[in-house]
Amino acid sequence: MKKSGNILLCGVGGQGILLASEVLSSVLLKAGYDVKQSEVHGMAQRGGSVVSHIRYGKKVYSPLIEPGTADTTVSFELLEALRYLPFYRKGGTVIVNTQKILPSPVASGMASYPEDVLEQLAGRGLSVLPIDAFGIAAEAGEKRAANIVLLGALSAFLPADERLFIETIEGRVPEKFRQANIDAFRRGRESSITNGGEVRP
Amino acid sequence: MKTSKTDTDKILLSGNEALALGAFEAGVKVAAAYPGTPSTEILENLSGYEGVYTEWAPNEKVALEVALGAAFAGVRALATMKHVGLNVAADPLFTSAYTGVRGGLVIVVADDPDMHSSQNEQDSRNYAFAAKVPMVEPSDSAEAKDLLKAAYRISEEFDTPVLLRTSTRVSHVKGVVTKGKAEKPAVKPGIEKMPEKFVMLPANARKRRVEIALRMERLKEFCETFTGNRIEWGDRERGFITSGASYLYVKEVFPKASVLKLGMVWPLPERMIRSFTEKVDEVVIVEELDPFLELHIRAMGISCRGKDLVPAIGELNPAIVRQSITGEKAEGVFEPVQIPMRPPNLCPGCPHRGIFYAISKLGVFVTGDIGCYTLAALKPLSAMDTCVCMGAGIGNAHGMAKALGNDGLGKIVAVIGDSTFFHSGITGLIDIVFNRGNSTVVILDNRTTGMTGHQPHPASGVTITGDPTVAIDIEGLCRAVGVKHVRTVNPHDTEECGKVLKEELQRAEPSVIITKAPCVLLPEMKRRKDKKLYVVVSEKCTGCRSCLRLGCPAIEWAPLTEEEAKQRGYKPKQKGFSRINAVLCDGCGQCAPLCKFRAIVASGEEDEEIR
Ligand code: SF4
Ligand code: SF4
Repeated sequence: MKKSGNILLCGVGGQGILLASEVLSSVLLKAGYDVKQSEVHGMAQRGGSVVSHIRYGKKVYSPLIEPGTADTTVSFELLEALRYLPFYRKGGTVIVNTQKILPSPVASGMASYPEDVLEQLAGRGLSVLPIDAFGIAAEAGEKRAANIVLLGALSAFLPADERLFIETIEGRVPEKFRQANIDAFRRGRESSITNGGEVRP
Repeated sequence: MKTSKTDTDKILLSGNEALALGAFEAGVKVAAAYPGTPSTEILENLSGYEGVYTEWAPNEKVALEVALGAAFAGVRALATMKHVGLNVAADPLFTSAYTGVRGGLVIVVADDPDMHSSQNEQDSRNYAFAAKVPMVEPSDSAEAKDLLKAAYRISEEFDTPVLLRTSTRVSHVKGVVTKGKAEKPAVKPGIEKMPEKFVMLPANARKRRVEIALRMERLKEFCETFTGNRIEWGDRERGFITSGASYLYVKEVFPKASVLKLGMVWPLPERMIRSFTEKVDEVVIVEELDPFLELHIRAMGISCRGKDLVPAIGELNPAIVRQSITGEKAEGVFEPVQIPMRPPNLCPGCPHRGIFYAISKLGVFVTGDIGCYTLAALKPLSAMDTCVCMGAGIGNAHGMAKALGNDGLGKIVAVIGDSTFFHSGITGLIDIVFNRGNSTVVILDNRTTGMTGHQPHPASGVTITGDPTVAIDIEGLCRAVGVKHVRTVNPHDTEECGKVLKEELQRAEPSVIITKAPCVLLPEMKRRKDKKLYVVVSEKCTGCRSCLRLGCPAIEWAPLTEEEAKQRGYKPKQKGFSRINAVLCDGCGQCAPLCKFRAIVASGEEDEEIR
């Protein structure tokens, strides 16, 4: 079992990153790790770029991931995967939701959205897993569960039992949406596995 | 499967959630606050616990006065605020050091190094020194809870208010916390007259001033053995003195070094510091923001390093701590790449966008302040010219008007949010009326405190716990203070807004324009079913870009090459066309009248337009 790790979740305010981080941290705690998770509220949540740092291990001091040390990253939006590049460790894994949310300079025609995000990542030797979380969530019957799909995709890389994730999601999601969310989680996890993600106990 | 008790008692909480739990366990009975990032969630969470009265006060000064009153009545009380909130509450803070308390009183102040969501960077530790009150500072969630409980014991034992300082990286970091037992405070609630202690007439205050000095001497003795202050021995070549989040970074980067960790940052344990520094070769003080520990430790005659190495501006983190002390840069890190920025923006459908669009068309000078609406200062609206502190825009507009006389008439407008108006706008408005001003004040009534996550305010009609209460009538309030011209407009109707603004700005008398439309993130707005989305009839779009001046995130520009333009049946030189992202559009309709070609219509009405 892996002894410690740094996980970075990034995306755009309003994408459910905070909920995904919360579920993830609780799971890691239940799996027996010390956990710290850091995020920023307020101004940044109004459609700005948001990032959450999650660190786990026997004993975790700093809540912040150092540049060059993020083992696994989940980017909830395509472009954001490039913004946090300096945090990734060499050869790290980057799970990328292929959904695009145009930043205001692009929406207003002042800048253009880079076409080659995935290529830029792969070109740096990172192991890149693109995933259409929005589409998969729709298949699971709950479009708003894209964050849970991504959590599922991430779960395949983490030293915590699938059961712990499902339990925690069950505890966090209202009854009405529970089944769809669990379904979304499973589909996300499945997509990582078929994409070459390694499954750990 | 049965989990052991110790397992279920371990929970993951943010610093703010842990402070709420700590307040509950400490038996706090009354807690008051004004929302402010990064402090807001303390009271939000505490309001969910049984047996604690919580309230959103109109501002931090009132919040602290309420908490102090509760402490006078003999119960444990709490006031929470962000760093700039303590400026507002500084008046009661300084004199509460004189009155002391009966029940324990703790004031939590959350600093925001790096200004993630603030207009300035302040080091609140300076307040502990200046107001002569003790201050504790946790490093993480578990300590936040423990030190809060300790702070109540200190408050009661030493008859003093106690400050607890957090920062963004303590308040908003989740860590493991163990639930504890609820305490029963020793003080009995009730009314007790103690005029020599509570009535700060000069004669009484002079005596209390001496009392404060004696108390501080006793506290200095106490902190020498306070368990929150501790030495972790390691290598003796370098010894660190640190507190708060900085302690975590030091431990992360120098796990083998000797560390003096201060859980109480005022007063300082001089003997402990001396004996520590004597036993290490070099002393380095690692602290965020001001050289607070450094100044006071140097004043003891101890030589040390500190701000000559570690930056005094912004947040620290492990990489900065490592590099500033060892000179080592993190290796093998990818260089950042140039990509479009993603600045925050007003939400699609935000009522503020409509009124600020109308203001931007007038080319006037806009004195503003703090809230979601400060985002109107960004392009393309560029409709705010000042932002200093809560309520400042009103005084600023009046001051400018007085400075410029007739030359300023019609050229300056003040804007303020509804929650902010109650916080510190009313007094400014009274000043305009009282001193024969002529300014126009726009009050943005969206029924909530938006930026901090939708807390109710005095005009919302509900309390922190959702209980119904009087909704204060802003219009009536403005009239009552003597503003004769008070008009209410729908901010989504940009044409009407423009008309009313022009009329009121020209008036040589005080006037108020209230824009009334709920924040789109309020649950009742998110749930509404009658929402009609808007679409661009692309055949009719000429690519004039007028709609883009609104800056709505739902309106997207699709660039075209000459070839593509031709294919789509546009003029070859049309550079692109606008479209509305149906996932983002909130159906406010602000964009429709902006299009002279009537290309923007409510969905379902497209066909009609094409014909
Ligand atoms: S204002 Fe109308 S014509 Fe001009 S770009 Fe927008 S939709 Fe097209
Ligand atoms: S109606 Fe127009 S301005 Fe309003 S949210 Fe939709 S696109 Fe934006």
